[in-house]
Amino acid sequence: MKRADTKTLQSFLIELVIYSVLVFLYFWAVLHFAGASLKRLFDGSRPVYATVALALMVGQAAGLEALTRWMVGFIGRRLH
Amino acid sequence: MHFAISNVDISAVYLIVIGFLIGVLGGFFGVGGSFIAGPALFAAGLPMNFVVGTDLTHIVGKSIVAARKHGLLGNIDFRLASIMVFGTITGSETGVQIIEVLKKRAEVNQVVGGVTIAVLLVMSAGMAIESWKTLHMKRTGKGGGAPAHGKKDASAFRGLSRWVQSIRLAPMVSLPNSGIASISLWAILAVSYVGGVFSGFLGGGAGYIRMPSMVYLLGIPTHIAIGTDLFEVIISAGYGAFRHALKGNVDILIALVMNTGAAIGAQIGATLTQYFAGPWIRLAFAPLPLIGAGLVVYGLVTNHPAP
Repeated sequence: MKRADTKTLQSFLIELVIYSVLVFLYFWAVLHFAGASLKRLFDGSRPVYATVALALMVGQAAGLEALTRWMVGFIGRRLH
Repeated sequence: MHFAISNVDISAVYLIVIGFLIGVLGGFFGVGGSFIAGPALFAAGLPMNFVVGTDLTHIVGKSIVAARKHGLLGNIDFRLASIMVFGTITGSETGVQIIEVLKKRAEVNQVVGGVTIAVLLVMSAGMAIESWKTLHMKRTGKGGGAPAHGKKDASAFRGLSRWVQSIRLAPMVSLPNSGIASISLWAILAVSYVGGVFSGFLGGGAGYIRMPSMVYLLGIPTHIAIGTDLFEVIISAGYGAFRHALKGNVDILIALVMNTGAAIGAQIGATLTQYFAGPWIRLAFAPLPLIGAGLVVYGLVTNHPAP
């Protein structure tokens, strides 16, 4: 395997571990704290629910991705 | 686990695993993965109206992660994506309206289902033959100088995209990121519009129509077609998800749980594209339209709409 490929694979494995931990924590946080509030929004105001739902999805994806990228960079700097 | 919004009990592990599989497929092929998510959610007991809306919402999150990764790899043509969004949204609206009109007519499901199956079978066979021929040309050194490796893509069907690019119907646009000097704006809109019609008609993102169309008709390199399609899906699926949420068809908690698995899978899928040349990705993609065809057959046989 080429040196560049090995580096990419190494970085990818780090990302994978970080992602697994983060999504697991986020998953429990959302289910425990946001579940009841979201149900109330769903029953009470559909436009607000739609906006919050989309914002949550975009936020979850963008937030996790950005955090992972920062952590991989941080770990990379510590390793070299 | 109980999900109060849709009032169903579904295992969280099941949702995460489904999300993971869809994430890998989406990151690698640039598809939304509705052909797996739809039946999987339906089989778990989620009502049909929630299946479509929740799946679209989950696709938004998964596509953000995968598109970001593809963006870092230089696989997104933002100019192309911004043009395609208009065609996809318009086409999607048309597809939804077609369904509403056709619902009122007898036996039309069989006719439209038959046409859809034929299109998907031709697409699957065409992709398998083309990618196989391209790989064979490469092996025998008849590749015409175009490399079957990296982002400068080789294709045995290059003549088709050259013909589309030769249509001089103003306004013409250039797509430097995709290596296209000049192409009619209408050709791009037409391809995205047709993809949108299938999306509105069959549900989901219909990436298994749009990604091959971008490669064969517009001449976009496979890696860039995947990344650009994912970026475009964020906007078009986001629009669809918002509309469904307004109608009460989205259980955001199910979508978020699925997305935790999809986020990991999308990273894997997008990273894997680096290790495969365009023709190999297209060869692996070839069976996917068959799954779409299988869903339509299922819908026709059981007289039940494909999820």
